[in-house]
Amino acid sequence: MPIVRVDKDLEAHTMTIVAEYDATVERVWQLYADPRQLERFWGPPTWPAVVIDHELTPGGRVTYVMTGPEGEKSAGYWDVLEVDAPRRFVVVDGFADDDGRPNPEMPTTHMEVELTERAGGGTTMTVRSTFTSTETMARMLEMGVEEGVRQAMGQIDAVLAGAS
Amino acid sequence: MVVDQLSPSETDRVFHALADATRRDIVRKVLVEECSVSALARHYPMSFTAVHKHVAVLESAGLVTKVRQGRESLVRGDIDRVRAVHRALDALEQLWRDRVAQMEQVLAEDP
Repeated sequence: MPIVRVDKDLEAHTMTIVAEYDATVERVWQLYADPRQLERFWGPPTWPAVVIDHELTPGGRVTYVMTGPEGEKSAGYWDVLEVDAPRRFVVVDGFADDDGRPNPEMPTTHMEVELTERAGGGTTMTVRSTFTSTETMARMLEMGVEEGVRQAMGQIDAVLAGAS
Repeated sequence: MVVDQLSPSETDRVFHALADATRRDIVRKVLVEECSVSALARHYPMSFTAVHKHVAVLESAGLVTKVRQGRESLVRGDIDRVRAVHRALDALEQLWRDRVAQMEQVLAEDP
């Protein structure tokens, strides 16, 4: 696994993840800069994403729609705050309505991505993600709860199938 | 989630309680801030009695507790605040673990 460190700061409501890749900084940057590559990793494995608008410049916006296992849709967007290609960008990630417009009633996460060259080649990626409110945390928690229930339901189905 | 530590009948109650969107929403709200049943009832297009019943289901599953305060009873999420934050951060960590793995896959397929 390329993940070298995960720090969680309960007081600051921040999660930092550090990963290392063998690829160059320019190549890793392309994963974010190219919408077709971004959509291949942005959604969770069971919620693939399609990127619609993609303007990774300060003041620009990126929009995406993820589709769940039962066809349910979840749209999101980035408001791009800072870009220093190919090393760093800062966005606010939020939930959008079905038409892709930011939903101001929904919570947001502040996200900083930094790429640095490793001595001897390769790239270190540091992602710092901060919940902007307790409402954001509650929303994440709710999603976690729903996923937990879904997995548990699947296990129950498997048990019932084995018992019959 | 809490499944491992629960007896089968308790697990059953937790699943039943969380199988309803309104009840999940109530849990989400009262984990952040305790709330009276009447304040909760204003959030949903249903009667006070209906919301009260939902709260009772959650209470019997141990997901919320009710605390008497004056004439009102306040509903409170049973996971304390810090644990809620922790779980939310865990969810965010899992999201990024999946992304990092998928990024690696894209780099492997398309160097």
